Amino acid sequence: MSGPSTYVPQNPVLRWFESRLPIIGLVHSSFIVFPNPRNLNYFWTFGGILAFMLVSQIVTGVVLAMHYTPEATMAFDSVEHIMRDVNFGWLLRYVHSNGASMFFIAVYIHIARGMYYGSYKAPREILWILGVIIFLLMMATAFMGYVLPWGQMSFWGAKVITSLFSAIPVVGDSITIWLWGGYSVGNATLNRFFSLHYLLPFMILGVVVLHIWALHVPGSNNPVGVEVKSKKDTLPFHPYFTVKDGLGLVCFLIVYAYIVFFMPNYLGHADNYIPANPLQTPPHIVPEWYFLPYYAMLRAIPSKLGGVCALFGSILILAFLPWIDTSRVRSANFRPVYRVFLFVFFAVVVGLGYCGSQEPVGAIVTWSRVLTLYYFAFFPIIFVLGFFETPRKMPASITEAVLGRHAGSGAFAGAQAASGPSTEG
Amino acid sequence: MLITEPMMSAKSRLLSAALVFGLMAAAPALAQDAQTAAENPLPPMQSWSFAGPFGKYDTQQLQRGYQVYKTVCSNCHSMKDVAFRNLADPGGPEFSASQVKALAATYQITDGVDDSGNPAQRPGRPSDYFPSPFPNDAAARAANGGALPPDMSVLAKARSYERGGAWFVTEPFTQYQEEGPDYIHALLNGFEDKPPEGFKLPEGKYYNVYFPGHAISMPPPLSDGVVDYTDGSPKTVAQYSKDIAAFLQWAAEPKLDQRKQTGFNAVVFLIVFAGLLYYVKRKIWAGVKDASGTEGVGLAPATGPRPRV
Repeated sequence: MSGPSTYVPQNPVLRWFESRLPIIGLVHSSFIVFPNPRNLNYFWTFGGILAFMLVSQIVTGVVLAMHYTPEATMAFDSVEHIMRDVNFGWLLRYVHSNGASMFFIAVYIHIARGMYYGSYKAPREILWILGVIIFLLMMATAFMGYVLPWGQMSFWGAKVITSLFSAIPVVGDSITIWLWGGYSVGNATLNRFFSLHYLLPFMILGVVVLHIWALHVPGSNNPVGVEVKSKKDTLPFHPYFTVKDGLGLVCFLIVYAYIVFFMPNYLGHADNYIPANPLQTPPHIVPEWYFLPYYAMLRAIPSKLGGVCALFGSILILAFLPWIDTSRVRSANFRPVYRVFLFVFFAVVVGLGYCGSQEPVGAIVTWSRVLTLYYFAFFPIIFVLGFFETPRKMPASITEAVLGRHAGSGAFAGAQAASGPSTEG
Repeated sequence: MLITEPMMSAKSRLLSAALVFGLMAAAPALAQDAQTAAENPLPPMQSWSFAGPFGKYDTQQLQRGYQVYKTVCSNCHSMKDVAFRNLADPGGPEFSASQVKALAATYQITDGVDDSGNPAQRPGRPSDYFPSPFPNDAAARAANGGALPPDMSVLAKARSYERGGAWFVTEPFTQYQEEGPDYIHALLNGFEDKPPEGFKLPEGKYYNVYFPGHAISMPPPLSDGVVDYTDGSPKTVAQYSKDIAAFLQWAAEPKLDQRKQTGFNAVVFLIVFAGLLYYVKRKIWAGVKDASGTEGVGLAPATGPRPRV
């Protein structure tokens, strides 16, 4: 994807085809010979894992849609029909519903990796912004997907989230009614959410293609954050990274399969097995776990509009990271102060998630506010930090980072020790 | 080497930060727990045949549970998503096909219209779903003092309770997935004739230790001897409540046996596959970790990454 390919197929038929539509060459240059930094660690396998998850969700989702009925009085029972009467329907549904969770686990690790290693910095700003767009689309898709079983949490979750738009001054109420397709969450809402839930994954797919394209222009960042300087710094994508990504993916699938087969309802909420009832509010409305940090921020702010701004702002601000982070050093391995602030930031997001899962009373409210404050303070802090922080000495090249200063003079043992820790973070 | 030490210190700092935060968050929760634990005991955990990675339904228990459902629960509770044929499915009560046929025939099902255009009744078939005891929710409420007896199809998956503590951390390891049946079992054993001092029980309600708010509209449904077991099992509330809870778990998750068996195969396959891939990966990467390996990277393409702007 980074320019015309020099690939010439051996087979005459393929050569004929290639000279008319150079798609084999495109795949060849993007996924076979594509030069990747040789020091990528296992955090870099999550890109491939996410691509797998997207395809898996689309495939299981398309089959589920063949058996699902997007109608308010029938949706709940049609899901039970899938669970009971469709061949391996229980498997399809559990793979799909837990797939959403696994998708978010992978994307959070992927984002955290980008923040730790400064992958958003020049020349990868567009790549990063496309990632934020994918993340937003994922959130919308996951939210609408959770509405489809039409259980109590589906219904009331939809009600809470769509009502957020009513906080917008002047036009808020009109927008909410427009989203609902009526004066409350009902059949019209379910129907359009189903339609959009089917549409958005393909929009994600489109942005993912752009994301990979934007990745293949500058190439991958790497754990030391030093740009590729020579051929010695890279290895071809195949077989080195196909096998490494493959191993990462299979390990990820072990966790995924374990959840699907042995605890498929662990990440869900029991109330969603109660059919939606507009007249009965559940005692405790909570979104799916992956939205909990944002839910905590929403509730932390005493004003509704302020809460909604915090909710959306917390994600949108990520798009500006390339300009907020003023340091020219990419990898946090060489930024001792930034790294501490970043780890606290990660801990704060986890803490917000915990707060979001609890009822907003007493200490939980206080903690939500303190943590929300840090979440947003993190960005000005790192803006200022970039001017003052003294980075650690960086290796001159990727090869030096992998093999030690005296590459080629028997520094193998030292090289392993130096490259080992870079797989953590 | 130059990266190792700071990594360690950052890690320990992170850990201590997480610990401090965790303790502070837990402190108020613990205080609350102690206060309410006496009034709201957690349902005691039972030992279930279907728990754990190798769990399977106990066919005999499901048959007894069905008997309890038929004799007692079905008078008020519907089970709309379960069909008669399911009673013969593998991994269920596994009644014989002829038993299911005979059982279905004892029900009258409204289906289609007769020659004069009125709703027609016919004897049930195995493909029919369990008919509901009331024609609609309003009728059900009217007959039950305003309370709607919940449908039992997925009841065992629709009930949970706040356990407090760090269950979400331990659960992936314990695989505890039986909150629903534990709750149903506890509820059926949790009725008390007299509410505790100072508890105002509304008219027409019953006191139950495990029901949220304690005032439940359902009268104690089980009593010793009410269901006539023929397999020699004790005819006690303790036994009935376990059997019906197991039956409801089956009704809610009828493919559990298949799921856990398939899951074992899937996970073992993936672990073996990962092991093989690990060695393939090591073999492929063996040359390049070595300093001399850089020279050997003849596979690398001639074109480096394009110049960046």
